[in-house]
Amino acid sequence: MTKMAGKQIIVEALKKEGVEVIFGYPGGAIIDIYDALAKDGSIKHVLVRHEQGAAHAADGYARATGRVGVCLVTSGPGATNAVTGIATANMDSIPIVVLTGQVPTALIGNDAFQEVDIVGITRPCTKHNYLVKNVKDLPRILKEAFYVARSGRPGPVLVDIPKDVQNAVTDFHYPETITLRSYDPVKEPHIKQIEKACRQMEESKKPVLYVGGGVISSGAHEELRALAEEINCPVTTTLMGIGGFPGTHPQNIGMLGMHGTYCANMAMANTDLIIAIGARFDDRVTGKIEAFAPHAKIIHVDVDPTSIQKNVRVDIPIVGDCKLTLAKMLKCLKDNGSKPEAWKAKHQAWWEQLRAWEKRHPLTYKKDPNVIKPQYVIERLYEMTKGRAIITTEVGQNQMWTAQFYKFDQPRTFLTSGGLGTMGYGLPAAIGAQMAFPDKLVIDVAGDGSIQMNIQELATAMQEKLPIKIVILNNRFLGMVRQWQELFYEKRYVATDFEFTPDFIKIAEAYSAKGIRATNPDDVDKVLKEGLEYPGLAIMEFVIAREEGVFPMIPAGKAHTEMLLV
Amino acid sequence: MRHTLSILLENSPGALSRVAGLFSGRGFNIESLCVASTLDSTLSHMTLVTIGDDAIIEQIIKQLNRLVDVYKVTDVSQDEFVEREMALIKVNAAESETRSEVLRICEIFRCKIVDVTPKTYTLEVTGPESKLKAVIDLLLPIGIKELARTGTIAMQREQKNI
Repeated sequence: MTKMAGKQIIVEALKKEGVEVIFGYPGGAIIDIYDALAKDGSIKHVLVRHEQGAAHAADGYARATGRVGVCLVTSGPGATNAVTGIATANMDSIPIVVLTGQVPTALIGNDAFQEVDIVGITRPCTKHNYLVKNVKDLPRILKEAFYVARSGRPGPVLVDIPKDVQNAVTDFHYPETITLRSYDPVKEPHIKQIEKACRQMEESKKPVLYVGGGVISSGAHEELRALAEEINCPVTTTLMGIGGFPGTHPQNIGMLGMHGTYCANMAMANTDLIIAIGARFDDRVTGKIEAFAPHAKIIHVDVDPTSIQKNVRVDIPIVGDCKLTLAKMLKCLKDNGSKPEAWKAKHQAWWEQLRAWEKRHPLTYKKDPNVIKPQYVIERLYEMTKGRAIITTEVGQNQMWTAQFYKFDQPRTFLTSGGLGTMGYGLPAAIGAQMAFPDKLVIDVAGDGSIQMNIQELATAMQEKLPIKIVILNNRFLGMVRQWQELFYEKRYVATDFEFTPDFIKIAEAYSAKGIRATNPDDVDKVLKEGLEYPGLAIMEFVIAREEGVFPMIPAGKAHTEMLLV
Repeated sequence: MRHTLSILLENSPGALSRVAGLFSGRGFNIESLCVASTLDSTLSHMTLVTIGDDAIIEQIIKQLNRLVDVYKVTDVSQDEFVEREMALIKVNAAESETRSEVLRICEIFRCKIVDVTPKTYTLEVTGPESKLKAVIDLLLPIGIKELARTGTIAMQREQKNI
């Protein structure tokens, strides 16, 4: 066994976990680990410009690849700055490991310089966290951290490492495997429950597959597609589920919930069987809970038992991995003599109804020859990039228009902050995704408000020579809040009208990037083409209709049948 | 409904805080909480009394199980179980009449007198929460100067050791 200092153990552990790139920002309490990383030289480090960016970039890397993202920050403000990024990953079940420096153990609790109880602060917004008090525990804790982050329902794990522990020496042995008596997530679904679910599917005349981020995190998209096609069932996805089922598939009836399609929400209101896969019946999905899916039996598959029966009563709960469960469901149906023609016949009337809803109120917007409509920009972006881009978004109208008008056929190509709704997520997440896939087209769709929340990360992208494309839909409003004020606060636009907005073209130029602007609908294609073809980082600004809204919309707390349409 | 949960958790720093934080963060109630080590020094045993309908209790148990530090959760109140709590009660007893009344109550409820001064008695009472409540209710009019309670500890009857 070799003797090693804590800082070297960290580097070795990262290598054993297959970490190729980490995102971070140095400081006094983490400087030793940086030194060890540099001496080793095999792990790429991306220097962000704010620790929130590091956490989001690690998150974006994790979402794009399915691997654990890693970020490295110093104690005190370094750690607290990362908290928003950690909470974002926590709400969306994204596996990241956050390593924070801490003041020396002897100083902990003394209000030392740059000391903060980050383990205490992040307890409610991590899956688990650790303070390493003894270097002997370090290898085991790091192994646990990666295991806990990626297994079961994934999530962020924080490891706080005091400066003296980083320098203390011990025998290094990295455990190959790990079992934790107090943590053993269920993967295998209960076969009796699967059989019950299948009988229910066979009886249903109007089923809906309601699919969330669990399908993406468990890599179940192929199994989902096979099941959906076998039983000829419509599929609606949550925001987090987008890409889990092909956006161009004829059985995809679009996103559901607050800004979901008319068809998807009407389907939920009228279905007799909801087959929920890796989704959690969030309030933005259910609307008024008492009026949610009044006629439906509910099958709920989730790897996390707490998601089941939390917001709605469930008839057939199935705790298990989505991928395994879907495969077993399909097998169970086939063993029982499933015939595609029989399913088609059984659901024919339902499909006629669904198509009628789609026809009555398709996703649409009022076109205008004089002013750029944001939906048009997204439509054109889709037409020009189909299938070959990873899209990140900020939060608000830009996010919803992207979810509605861009069709995602592949999982892990739509990266967005769903649960926490973190403005400023898109640009650093794009950095993470582009680091993972240097040759792919990575686009951040932003608003003029949210891009400014982490705009400093342009420097990170430029330093790494990342050819990220940024689409800014500029309405000089905090658009989504403005929309609520328009609809529910008698148009009192309080604190949502940006009386000052910077010149984004000059910002691009200041960062030595390309900046181009479109103010006229006729320029949209030209600007998109020029920006997308530019070999480096490009900002494409679209001056859009100021008071355009996102529709359909179910007002908060209303039922699925109470949608506001265009 | 009142439920008594028996929780085995890793005896690690912060484990108690995770449980407490879970309850405050998710708006669950804690009526009482009692923690101590077990025969296995790496585990702590926590008895937690909470109130909620079936759906809330189901969520509480699931959420507790989700904590990486929690080893096992049992709702002991689902079956036959024994619960005990201890209280120390310092009672005003300056008059001879009240002194004898306190002693009578003490005898009826099999309390112990653990401290005596010319003006006070301090009682030790052990039993289920209902018994403690009865004693406290009877002593209140006489005048309780100080009250300290341990919170409930509980165990399932028969073989169902957790």
